[in-house]
Amino acid sequence: MAFCSKNSRNIIKNLKSKAGLSRLIKQSSDSRYGSCLNKTNPCRIIPLTTLPQLGNPDSYSHKKGLSFCFQRLQSTTSEQQFASLPNGEQNQELDFPGGKVVFSPEMRFLSESPCVYNQCYRVLDDNGQLICNSNFVEVSEEIAVKMYSSMATLQILDTIFYEAQRQGRISFYLTTIGEEAINIASAAALTSDDIVFPQYREPGVLLWRGFTLQEFANQCFGNKADYGKGRQMPIHYGSNKHNYFTVSSTIATQIPHAVGAAYSLKMDKKDACAVTYFGDGGTSEGDFHAALNFAAVTESPVIFICRNNGWAISTPTSDQFRSDGIAVRGQAYGVRSIRVDGNDALAMYSAVHAAREMAINEHRPILIEAVTYRIGHHSTSDDSTKYRPADEIEWWRMARDPVTRFRNWIETNGWWGSEAESQLRSSIRNQLLQAIQIAERAEKPPVNDLFTDVYDNIPSNLREQEKLLRETMNRHPEDYPADVPF
Amino acid sequence: MYAIARQRILGQSFQKMRPAVSVLRSYSSAAKQITVRDALNSALDEEMSADPKVFLMGEEVGEYQGAYKITKGLLEKYGPERVLDTPITEAGFTGIGVGAAYYGLKPVVEFMTFNFSMQAIDHIINSAAKSNYMSAGQISVPIVFRGPNGAAAGVGAQHSQCYASWYASCPGLKVLSPYNSEDARGLLKAAIRDPDPVVFLENELLYGESFPVSDEVLDSSFCIPIGKAKIEREGKDVTITAFSKMVGYALKAAEILEKDGIYAEVINLRSIRPLDRSTINTSVRKTNRLVTVEEGFPQHGVGAEICASVVEESFAYLDAPVERIAGADVPMPYAANLERMAVPQIEDIVRAAKRACYRSVPLAAAA
Repeated sequence: MAFCSKNSRNIIKNLKSKAGLSRLIKQSSDSRYGSCLNKTNPCRIIPLTTLPQLGNPDSYSHKKGLSFCFQRLQSTTSEQQFASLPNGEQNQELDFPGGKVVFSPEMRFLSESPCVYNQCYRVLDDNGQLICNSNFVEVSEEIAVKMYSSMATLQILDTIFYEAQRQGRISFYLTTIGEEAINIASAAALTSDDIVFPQYREPGVLLWRGFTLQEFANQCFGNKADYGKGRQMPIHYGSNKHNYFTVSSTIATQIPHAVGAAYSLKMDKKDACAVTYFGDGGTSEGDFHAALNFAAVTESPVIFICRNNGWAISTPTSDQFRSDGIAVRGQAYGVRSIRVDGNDALAMYSAVHAAREMAINEHRPILIEAVTYRIGHHSTSDDSTKYRPADEIEWWRMARDPVTRFRNWIETNGWWGSEAESQLRSSIRNQLLQAIQIAERAEKPPVNDLFTDVYDNIPSNLREQEKLLRETMNRHPEDYPADVPF
Repeated sequence: MYAIARQRILGQSFQKMRPAVSVLRSYSSAAKQITVRDALNSALDEEMSADPKVFLMGEEVGEYQGAYKITKGLLEKYGPERVLDTPITEAGFTGIGVGAAYYGLKPVVEFMTFNFSMQAIDHIINSAAKSNYMSAGQISVPIVFRGPNGAAAGVGAQHSQCYASWYASCPGLKVLSPYNSEDARGLLKAAIRDPDPVVFLENELLYGESFPVSDEVLDSSFCIPIGKAKIEREGKDVTITAFSKMVGYALKAAEILEKDGIYAEVINLRSIRPLDRSTINTSVRKTNRLVTVEEGFPQHGVGAEICASVVEESFAYLDAPVERIAGADVPMPYAANLERMAVPQIEDIVRAAKRACYRSVPLAAAA
């Protein structure tokens, strides 16, 4: 397996080989074969002699015929503790539509919860130091520094825009504080050809791809230069040229969209995949389930990235679902899944990198559950201290900040220092303040932008209505805002 | 249970159908007859052949050849990548179709009936209809949603609702409803070629009906413009507007009315959104009387919009209040006798037209 010393750079490079990937995945998924005897006994793997290929997910192909294996949960009253498979006529299999099923005379229910929770992949410890025996995809100094700068930029952008909303300069804002690593690291592992279907807490992906601070500001202020022509609330960014689909307020609707786009990419044989983001709350929507099911059936190259940040506005995950998080749901739908420490930028980068390769080369969907914490409020319309303790928020902000953690790592590598830090922070801050000023003073979109794009071509009834509106505005200019240009 | 009902419908619809109405057409060549089913099938086939981006999606569209056999033979011809049998999730496959359209493909999504589209209506309205506007023209959605709409025969309340007015109220969507084979071919081709999302409302009972089509209609480039209604029968005394199956009823009503000296002008709307207000108003200005016919529920229906349009634009020309014929304001009952009373019949249209005419009896009709 991998070798490492504390400050070592002798780390396994790109996990290009399938064998490497399967080892990586096997490492984190062995626990699913464990079965719980009782709470005090350790879990052990029951050898299932008739179903050897389950150990290697790479060979788990529906074309070979599915084989089912049942986890055995033995009650504490049961005598048998180390059961092997029954022999003879009890070992019969039968062909049902969908695959072979092994019978058993013992009535065993699959447990509703595993005794060992699904493991979480992480590479950097809480202080940003590399963990021994870790597998990850190496990152160059240039990329690592760009990743860190982007994470810091995102943090500052969020802080300043949040303040702008509090000052009444924009109507609404929604921060990504605490989830910078998910945003930037995932974006860094993708290419610009990969199509992104965001929820709304992923502006970092757009930032990585080159959306400027001015462009962010223009959308938030809804001015003439906004690509959205002033039609949407702030933070509903969208940009064709950055392959980033316009944010839509409805939860989880983007998930099946991503599957459809991925299917199209597959049909076009493109070297690209679709990527979609959503939160823990979004996984309750019907669209999530239909999309995952569909993606598995159609073998579409799509990466599902769930930001499990513990909260859906005021609903904690314990009220949202009772499964062991999200990754196990992917497994239930036949989707290869992994749980990753979402605040570890290096782990996120590696997981998304590996996922992308599998998605495109093997035509399969991948689900990544990124575990994190929503440090900010849900949005500017929310005060989260009303439903969670303020010191919990503070703890995550101070002790578990993903930006600081990654900074520690690049500083350990000698790629960053305090001077570079203060230079970056002040420069970004100034740029942002300037961008806001410019955006605020810019003209609003013209009147005809009210009527265009309903259809491909403007229909006659809307042309008439525009004409009527202009006539009315001419006759009664005092009744209309001064900053709407003709 | 649904399969049994379907068999019954097919049986019943053969009994219910009368020979195709022969109407004077503007084309001189004629004689070839095709069913609406074949018209739709050939339209899909030709559009898929002409544009590799067009693909079909829906429950039972592939191996089963289509729940109503509209997509017969297409899986064999184009393969499973272009004719997708979907799992049972309207919300899922509609969302996925919209995503494919976002990327640039041209999906034709089939709903087994439009009643099931309610499970996907968020994606139709919020993801498809509004996207071009909300993205400021960056995301176009060239998708077609098609399937049978409205009442069939003996299928009960959850399989009989008409969705024309629901979808037609939404900006960003185009809503079409063909009547005969020419409409079916021309409008479906236009819908597939259109860059905007289109809701295409067919009628199950019309699938098996044959209509004469000219060579022009059978040509693969044939297309009917969206937003233009067709005057199926000219007249001077009363305007009757209808769409889908009710066009056939209106034409039969017009024949009956002619015996009483009332010459009705029958307009086949073809396009519910955009509504061809100018054709309707021109006709009303000529006849001075209006009867709107639809199978759907009366409140907020298509007839209500037509009435409002005529009152707004041609009020001075009306010689009688507008008559609206619609389905009964109840969920569709199942029993055959009750069902018959819950949908408009030809006699209802005839009576309404006469009422509209007797408000101010023209001298000629009094003779």
